[in-house]
Amino acid sequence: MDRTVLRTEDGRRGTEDGTGLEPGTGWSSVLQAPEPDLSVELCGVRLPNPTVLASGILGLSAEVFERVARAGAGAITTKSCSLQPRPGWHNPVIVDWGYGLINAVGLANPGVEVMVEEVRKAKERLRPLGVPIIASIFANSIYDFGTMARYISEARPDLIEVNISCPNLDARFEEMFAASPYVSAQVTRRVKDNTDIPVLVKLSPNVENIAKVAEEVAKAGADGISAINSLGPGLVLDIETAQPVLYNGVGGVSGPAIRPIAVRCVYDICRAVDLPVLAMGGVTTGRDVIEMILVGATAVAIGSAINYRGIGVFAEACDEVAAYMRRHGYRSLDDFRGLALRQRMRSG
Amino acid sequence: MNGEGTEERMKDAGRRIPIPLSPSLGRGSAEGGCGEEKEGVRALHLPRSVPIVAVIPESRTVKTFVLDDAIDAQPGQFIMAWLPGIDEKPFSIAWDNPLTITVAAVGPFTRALHEKQVGDRVGWRGPYGRPYRLDPARPALLVGGGYGAAPLYYLATRACARGLPVTVALGARKADDLIFVGRFEALGVPLILATDDGSLGFQGYVTEAVRASGLLEAQRPAIYACGPEGMLVALHALCMELGLPGQLSVERYMKCGFGLCGQCALDDLLVCTDGPVLTVEQLAGKADFGHFHRTTTGRRLPLGH
Repeated sequence: MDRTVLRTEDGRRGTEDGTGLEPGTGWSSVLQAPEPDLSVELCGVRLPNPTVLASGILGLSAEVFERVARAGAGAITTKSCSLQPRPGWHNPVIVDWGYGLINAVGLANPGVEVMVEEVRKAKERLRPLGVPIIASIFANSIYDFGTMARYISEARPDLIEVNISCPNLDARFEEMFAASPYVSAQVTRRVKDNTDIPVLVKLSPNVENIAKVAEEVAKAGADGISAINSLGPGLVLDIETAQPVLYNGVGGVSGPAIRPIAVRCVYDICRAVDLPVLAMGGVTTGRDVIEMILVGATAVAIGSAINYRGIGVFAEACDEVAAYMRRHGYRSLDDFRGLALRQRMRSG
Repeated sequence: MNGEGTEERMKDAGRRIPIPLSPSLGRGSAEGGCGEEKEGVRALHLPRSVPIVAVIPESRTVKTFVLDDAIDAQPGQFIMAWLPGIDEKPFSIAWDNPLTITVAAVGPFTRALHEKQVGDRVGWRGPYGRPYRLDPARPALLVGGGYGAAPLYYLATRACARGLPVTVALGARKADDLIFVGRFEALGVPLILATDDGSLGFQGYVTEAVRASGLLEAQRPAIYACGPEGMLVALHALCMELGLPGQLSVERYMKCGFGLCGQCALDDLLVCTDGPVLTVEQLAGKADFGHFHRTTTGRRLPLGH
């Protein structure tokens, strides 16, 4: 037998039997290894894979949700809805500025009454696919967040995402809820008091200390955290007319340009609290999904990337994650989740 | 952008009224693919504000705006036209070089656009959406309702350039509302005209005129249509009944224009990226087609509301 020392694909030195694997395994077992298991459990809800349609993207209709699920998304998040319908801003509400997107949609939505029906319809369509639905809600006041939670719960979404972090609020809102750890906790408590469905609270990167907000939200009873909402607000001008491109002037920045900030935020949150995190912010490839999982994310939402890769992005990213797992010999996402957190702590 | 070239083109456009959209007006050639999807052509995503070089009245409610720019597009695709501080709306491309749109004044944005004069700026981004694909194996029947005639002229020039037999059928409420008739006549293609009140051509819907012409059975053409949804639904039924291929340009309220916001959803189709030109097969069995659209809140409501 050839005793040449081999290296495994990730560069580790091979063992004496040349496989680089623990006794009892061999190359044949790698080649015939079962497909990596990409499923995850997010706040007690099973997702067939960790990619989730982010809120606000394609989030209006059950028919489109089904199409996105069939294209490979592991869960679907609806567009944030409010008690009253909102027409949102005039156009342009979203543009591609070259390195990402900027948007100020104005939280346009048909109102919770319509969304309850849409979520019900979506549940029926998604159930056979094993894809859960996350209903995103927002409100003008702490009190109304409770009302919204109770209302949307009638549709029995699998999870509720509480959007306290939209950066594009008009003057009536004064300041986003997520700017204050204290207010964020109050909203969380109010929502938790009004629903038995697991609650994700969506945080903003536009704060001094996102870990502090995460801690308060966790103490207030959140079941999980979504992070991050869009960055900014930012401003893009039309230089010919000196006018802002967005009708609203400023808007939230998303897409590949914000990903390193999103990864750092998720890292900070995962170090601070022991809650599942639905991570998002510029995730475009399987590599980006892996990066989020390495800093502790449980699942990873994709939104702006549909602009670059179409709705096939979910299946493609999953394939890319699976290839990475096979290369590393990982059987499940748990095998590498939070690896970066542990490494950082070891190095001091 | 404001150099001599602009002035020259403005004069040029002025001279050529009332048929300024001839293939020789623009900077490039009228040759170009239609049907082959061009890869690697990057759309302009951030709006570019350019001066209007000509405004051509088409009817009481319709004007054509020629912009000081050119676009690499195909018939059936659209741009988002922008007036800062007012709004931004999708418009079929009526000509590529110079970039031209034909607009009916139907709402606040289009009324504001109609106020604009030569020299005023309009922003645009695009092209977006899927174009018409010319079927090389069949004669082309282009069916336009109202201002839907505009993108069909652009398509007709491409079909003629390819040597396809082309027939154009146009319908409107009354004779004054028929647009682009002179341009189509100049192309030398057979025309079927219909008006609801019989003030010109066939009295009735253009779909009825097409049916009555016997052309569907005689030529078994591929149908390319743009117009009100009622007309598209009638054509859809005709295509299904006679087994003819059809491509219908569908209109929905749009926000982003590039497949992210979900506003223009027609069942599971996104009109901005799957359309606006959709095939008869794609539209078959779609509950929203002919019945529902989504308003600015995203709510699904019956068409006309």
